[in-house]
Amino acid sequence: MTDATPRTSAQWPLYEVFVRGKRGLNHVHVGSLHAADERMALTHARDLYTRRNEGVSIWVVRSDLITASTPDERDPFFAPSGDKVYRHPTFYDIPADVPHI
Amino acid sequence: MHDDHVHPSPSGEHVEADGQWAFGTGFEDPLYGADTTVPDGIDGAELASCCVLLADDALIAAQRLAQWCTNAPELEEELALANIGLDLLGQARHLYARAGRADGTGRGEDAYAYFRDPAEFRNVRLVELPNGDYAFSVVRLLVFATWRLELFTRLTDTPDPVLAAIASKSIKELDYHRSYAAQWVVRLGDGTAESRLRAQRALDEVAPHLGELFTPHEHLRVDVASVRAETTAIVSRVLDTAGLVLPITESATGGGRDGLHTEHLPALLAELQSVARADPQATW
Amino acid sequence: MTGFETTSLEESDFELRLHEQFDDTIARDQRIEPRDWMPDGYRRTLIRQIAQHAHSEIIGMQPEGEWITRAPSLRRKAILFAKVQDEAGHGLYLYSAAETLGADRADLTQRLIDGRQKYSSIFNYPTPTFADVGVIAWLVDGAAICNQVPLCRSSFGPYARAMVRVCKEESFHQRQGYELLSTMMRGTDHQRATVQDAVDRWWWPSLMMFGPPDGDSPNSEQSMAWRIKRHTNDELRQRFVDMTVPQAAALGVTLPDPELRWNEERGRHDFGTPDWSELHRVITGDGPCNTERVARRRAAHEDGAWVREAASAHAATQAARAREGAAA
Repeated sequence: MTDATPRTSAQWPLYEVFVRGKRGLNHVHVGSLHAADERMALTHARDLYTRRNEGVSIWVVRSDLITASTPDERDPFFAPSGDKVYRHPTFYDIPADVPHI
Repeated sequence: MHDDHVHPSPSGEHVEADGQWAFGTGFEDPLYGADTTVPDGIDGAELASCCVLLADDALIAAQRLAQWCTNAPELEEELALANIGLDLLGQARHLYARAGRADGTGRGEDAYAYFRDPAEFRNVRLVELPNGDYAFSVVRLLVFATWRLELFTRLTDTPDPVLAAIASKSIKELDYHRSYAAQWVVRLGDGTAESRLRAQRALDEVAPHLGELFTPHEHLRVDVASVRAETTAIVSRVLDTAGLVLPITESATGGGRDGLHTEHLPALLAELQSVARADPQATW
Repeated sequence: MTGFETTSLEESDFELRLHEQFDDTIARDQRIEPRDWMPDGYRRTLIRQIAQHAHSEIIGMQPEGEWITRAPSLRRKAILFAKVQDEAGHGLYLYSAAETLGADRADLTQRLIDGRQKYSSIFNYPTPTFADVGVIAWLVDGAAICNQVPLCRSSFGPYARAMVRVCKEESFHQRQGYELLSTMMRGTDHQRATVQDAVDRWWWPSLMMFGPPDGDSPNSEQSMAWRIKRHTNDELRQRFVDMTVPQAAALGVTLPDPELRWNEERGRHDFGTPDWSELHRVITGDGPCNTERVARRRAAHEDGAWVREAASAHAATQAARAREGAAA
């Protein structure tokens, strides 16, 4: 999504949340939430995903900025999903150079 | 259920590390595990009085935040407002428990919260005012958290080690509350025409209650002038960013600390105390 | 459908192959993940189920939330406040899972407040006393846990993972409720009577939480085949009864079912039949609190619109400022 027009709708964009459970571990994807901006997303992430001290560090990133890998070639089952017209999560951009099958 | 630690502080990872006090882990006593002897040279009655007024502020503020529950403007804000409310409720519990030991009555937290009448409450009026809209609530929270953070920062080296420990724990929470409120005040001030209007109106309503925050109190031994200077400076910085103006109307000295409250406190307490008072023999 | 240079015959062969692979993944008890191909029905069923589940958490905050400001001790107040907060969190985990399927939370919320999407009918009953807080946590959360533990192995990955989080937190909910009731049962006669009264009111609605009997549950079979569901309504209901009877005995309350007895042969409890016509009434909107619950949610959502808009406007202004700054 590269829409540059200012959003004035009441719907806040979706952010993906990654939490480092403790020192020595990677950040792990834990879910998503809505927020108007990055700072709010971090605040919300702390309130939502670390209420019980589950984390030492949080990353948030707008879902529509995530570029997902092409599905695993060993499992052709996945292959065409980027092209399906289902109301797909718009937030997983498929690189433009991925061949259609 | 022995594990009473229902609410970890949102301050996150530091809580356990500095936990010299086993806060919140006791079954009944919020100060379970702490040495609650009042050290020599400290006037117990005065200490208790100080703890009660700080506890009352927190309890009433928490009650107001609880009234937002299921009414918040977005679900994520439900979590945030509840976190802040729970922090303040926790502060109130620790402070009441301290007061009960310090004044020699051995009263528990619930005796203070449920079995005192409005005129016995010592909270500032600011916290008892109704929630109003979200703008009023976050503007009030900004002022309250900023002021309380200044108070508690100064209390971290108070002679009573228990109160000092409560203050140390609380400042991490209050720092978060202030930051939450500041972010929102900026968003509202710099948001839409409607939000700016509402935020400014909220400030106009809060302003007359500021004077009371900076009125010296014989049992709250902090440098009120510096609390005032710091609080005003920080709030002003936030308001500048938000494009809002703090009206120069503060004059009222309040009276909450002397038990002189607005008509809103009796109503608030009637609700808070209703179940506990309906059957004083009951056990909960 | 852009990008396919295939004939419709080849395309349908292709879909068939995808479907086989989907079935195979389910058969191997592996998880389906958001970007996988999935049958439309599977997607629709999941969105509906997860959304209803999320709505239930959010509406479910109301009957208990009413008591936070009146909780009779500060300890109970903190516990209840934290519990209701958790429910908001659970709702968010679930909406998040629904969004991985392409659903949009704003749209789901709109469906809820327009009365076009359901939530658990249990939350349409009133909570007249503080004992209700304990009984909801014990029976309603207990029933929910019976339903939810198997969902931790649901075939859709994000749903299963959300349920793992939810279940971990739910155990605190049920335990604190039971502990409140034990305390009340050791209190005054009046307290004991209130607990019994609440049990009498919540027992049958709790049994109905598992949904209609298996013979009357049109969607169950397909959900089981897709391993969205793992057990039938009746199996789960039986499990709940067997689990609850000894807890009720330990508590000293009577479950209001004259037909409830241990069946030695089956090694399980026999129990009476809930009044399904009542369930139907409550589901179709005629419950004691349907209107009020939805109205409250609607009011919160609509009253909050100016706040959400303000935050969006500020974010847009900030982004524009940043662009200007970068361009300068």
